[in-house]
Amino acid sequence: MSFDNAYESLLGGEDAHWAFGTGFSEALSGVDREFPAGVDREALAAYCLMLGDDALIYSQRLSEWCSRAPELEEDIALANIALDLLGQARMLLTRAGEVLGRDEDALAYLRDEREFRNVHLAEIDCGPGPGGDFATTIARLLVFSSWRLALFSRLRGSADPVLAAVAEKGLKELAYHRDHAAQWTVRLGDGTDESHRRMQAGLDRVWPFVDELFATHAVETALAGVAVDPASLRSEVDGVLEAVLSASGLTRPQDTRAARVAGMAGRDGVHTEAMGYLLAEMQHLHRSLPGAVW
Amino acid sequence: MTTALEVASAVRDPELPVLTLADLGVLREVSEQDGRVVVTITPTYSGCPAIDEMGADLRRSLVSAGYEDVEVRLSLSPAWTTDWISDEGRSKLAAAGIAPPSRIGPSVAGPVPLNLVPPSRQVACPQCGSLNTSEISRFGSTACKALRRCNACAEPFEHVKEI
Repeated sequence: MSFDNAYESLLGGEDAHWAFGTGFSEALSGVDREFPAGVDREALAAYCLMLGDDALIYSQRLSEWCSRAPELEEDIALANIALDLLGQARMLLTRAGEVLGRDEDALAYLRDEREFRNVHLAEIDCGPGPGGDFATTIARLLVFSSWRLALFSRLRGSADPVLAAVAEKGLKELAYHRDHAAQWTVRLGDGTDESHRRMQAGLDRVWPFVDELFATHAVETALAGVAVDPASLRSEVDGVLEAVLSASGLTRPQDTRAARVAGMAGRDGVHTEAMGYLLAEMQHLHRSLPGAVW
Repeated sequence: MTTALEVASAVRDPELPVLTLADLGVLREVSEQDGRVVVTITPTYSGCPAIDEMGADLRRSLVSAGYEDVEVRLSLSPAWTTDWISDEGRSKLAAAGIAPPSRIGPSVAGPVPLNLVPPSRQVACPQCGSLNTSEISRFGSTACKALRRCNACAEPFEHVKEI
């Protein structure tokens, strides 16, 4: 290798000197991926997209804090949480793609807004954009991770071996995410007048998006034994949120249901205004330079 | 010729190079049949970016040891736990200034308990041995490490957090 030319030194030889993140192989290579008998594959793919899109879109939102968090440790924490979720998304989208005949990149970068199945809570702007601040971000993390942790806890018993394995793997990660959010909620809610005011405002901002998390979709009904009915998670998640709020001196916001369009929401591909902007940022490189790798 | 297991066991972790993949517990199985080697590894975290590097390093080491036909498989279940880090691995971590994880035992079914305060683990400072240490951040430079500080010798240090 010669160092006369900077590019030559980067491109020559084996790839061992590259930073992590190059040449990603498929997320599920080598995993036992047999489909259990009697499972509706189309519904399984749709379900994997739901859970995968929740993680992918929320990961994108969390990544927006990179280099902008209030302190270095928090910058690293939010990026770590985003990375865990991105890993979960890759496995779930790959599983969906086995039925749909598309790989994880095609599903992440080449679908349009109406094809995404994530809940609205994952996509709304809770900061660092104008839609929120750090406290709002913590409020969303608390709600999202409490809900997903309860979901994954039950998904460990799924009849689909890949979903069960993804859940078992992700469960401990989500427990760290939830604890992190819960500890920050207590710190801010039980802190100064200003931190309390902001934490309460953050909860008020995300609460209208809570009901959607527990609405049973037809896909989940069709996948008994494979999927988890989110309605069954409500009392467990409510109990966790109640424990955090009472330790923080915060008030549980009034349940205000965010508007649906003709009864439809994120699981049906109907999204909020924020989603188009988010996808534009997430997808533009791949779409402008098809097949680009780095 | 060294066995495929010996070769694979000597490959180091790209993020914690003081440990081999075997010390870390991510190397699950090495089988060798008719010149074909199948290596099974498991990721530490779902999004662990080092997993591809691990596979590439295993393949490279085995090929240079004379094994032409190498397949690296990924196993997700049972999920990796820090309890799989060997005793030797724990000593190597401590010697490198990284506090090893404590043992947590098997995971249990049912709802995961909520921690409103960080669990008060007895983590010894890898520099001076004091147990008077505190957590700075649950999330550190890699997915598997937390940041701590020793209140006795004032040194910050990393801690492989229990999972």
